[in-house]
Amino acid sequence: MSTETLEQTIVKEPAEPLLSKRRKKFITDPLNEDNPVTVQVLGICSALAITIKMEPTLVMSIAVVFVIVFANLIISLIRDLIPGRVRIIVQLAIVATLVTLVSEVLKAYMFDMYKVLGAFVGLIITNCIVMGRLEAFAMANKPYDSILDGLGSGFGYAWIILTVAFFRELFGSGSIFDFKVFEAIGWTSYQTNGLMVDSIGAFMVLGILIWVQRTKTGYVEH
Amino acid sequence: MEAFNIFIKSAFIDNMIFAYFLGMCSFLAVSKKVSTAFGLGGAVIFVLGITVPINWLLQEYVLKEGALSWLGASFETIDLSFLTFIMFIAVIASMVQLVEMIIEKVSPALYGSLGIFLPLIAVNCAILGASLFMIQRDYTIIEATSYGLGSGVGWFLAIVALAAIREKLKYSNVPGGLRGLGITMLLTGLMGIAFKSFIGIAL
Repeated sequence: MSTETLEQTIVKEPAEPLLSKRRKKFITDPLNEDNPVTVQVLGICSALAITIKMEPTLVMSIAVVFVIVFANLIISLIRDLIPGRVRIIVQLAIVATLVTLVSEVLKAYMFDMYKVLGAFVGLIITNCIVMGRLEAFAMANKPYDSILDGLGSGFGYAWIILTVAFFRELFGSGSIFDFKVFEAIGWTSYQTNGLMVDSIGAFMVLGILIWVQRTKTGYVEH
Repeated sequence: MEAFNIFIKSAFIDNMIFAYFLGMCSFLAVSKKVSTAFGLGGAVIFVLGITVPINWLLQEYVLKEGALSWLGASFETIDLSFLTFIMFIAVIASMVQLVEMIIEKVSPALYGSLGIFLPLIAVNCAILGASLFMIQRDYTIIEATSYGLGSGVGWFLAIVALAAIREKLKYSNVPGGLRGLGITMLLTGLMGIAFKSFIGIAL
């Protein structure tokens, strides 16, 4: 009988760095190749409706990033506890609570913005990006990775809607963040383009932006 | 009469897609074939026609400020409007579950072809949006029902029309980056201008 005990050294794998290559992709992919708006076709409703001026668009992007990140985090933390049949309801309940929070904060501290955004604050609940990331990522991944994915998708969405708003406000109202650009450079006779403020302008600007972005990344739908 | 006016207005002038951009995600995704677009549009009309009046009742008797006064005088000051989003989405999710079960029974073929998009009606912005707009506009219950049905019909018209165009578009040579989503956006914009022609109508 051998009295030797095999000493086994347990080699602990070094913890993955906070911003490893894999993790960086969670943030950078949705910015371009896998953009939630132009490639995944999510979050289109608000990309068209509130992008008339840049200020409400900025408030909306911050609100959406907040909701996506925290919803991703919370769902990822409780993902093993949610029964399969009720997962949509649990996800909706959490997102609805977060959006209620955002809505009350906006009502309290930024009432004019709240009035401008109107029902679209509540409609963040049905923003397909939020539910999409919860189903596709947070339900199957760890909390920190989910936060990164939320940030990536949120920023991917934000830069698209800010770009649409930039063109719509510039040509539709002649201003950027309510600063009258054309008057400032001396072109006082600039007639604001009503089509840009209208729905047709929204569709056209977004359509052309999608065309440009997809041509640059080489993504072709089949 | 007012209810009929609201029906026409919400179907053509205040169209959910062209005026308010609601329900775009499933509008873009399911508009590839007319038959599936038909099915989804019908389901949306049904869900809207039911959820808007139910949410109106919720708003009137439970949620808004002073709504609980039917329980007793001491409840007059309670304002539960912060629960609006949660309660509305709960009603919508349950109704969609019901519609799913009905469609599965009545037409398994349609159920199969709609696939994931049937439960996704619950997160269709048009459904929640109609209820939220309904609160803003202070309708009576008849007007609210007519508004829900009208919005549904408007959405239905939009998606079926777009599906018809996209079916024909399959045979043309759309540039790569524009294929699919891009060209659909431009199309929808042009359709939006066409729907604007209804604005002058006064009933």
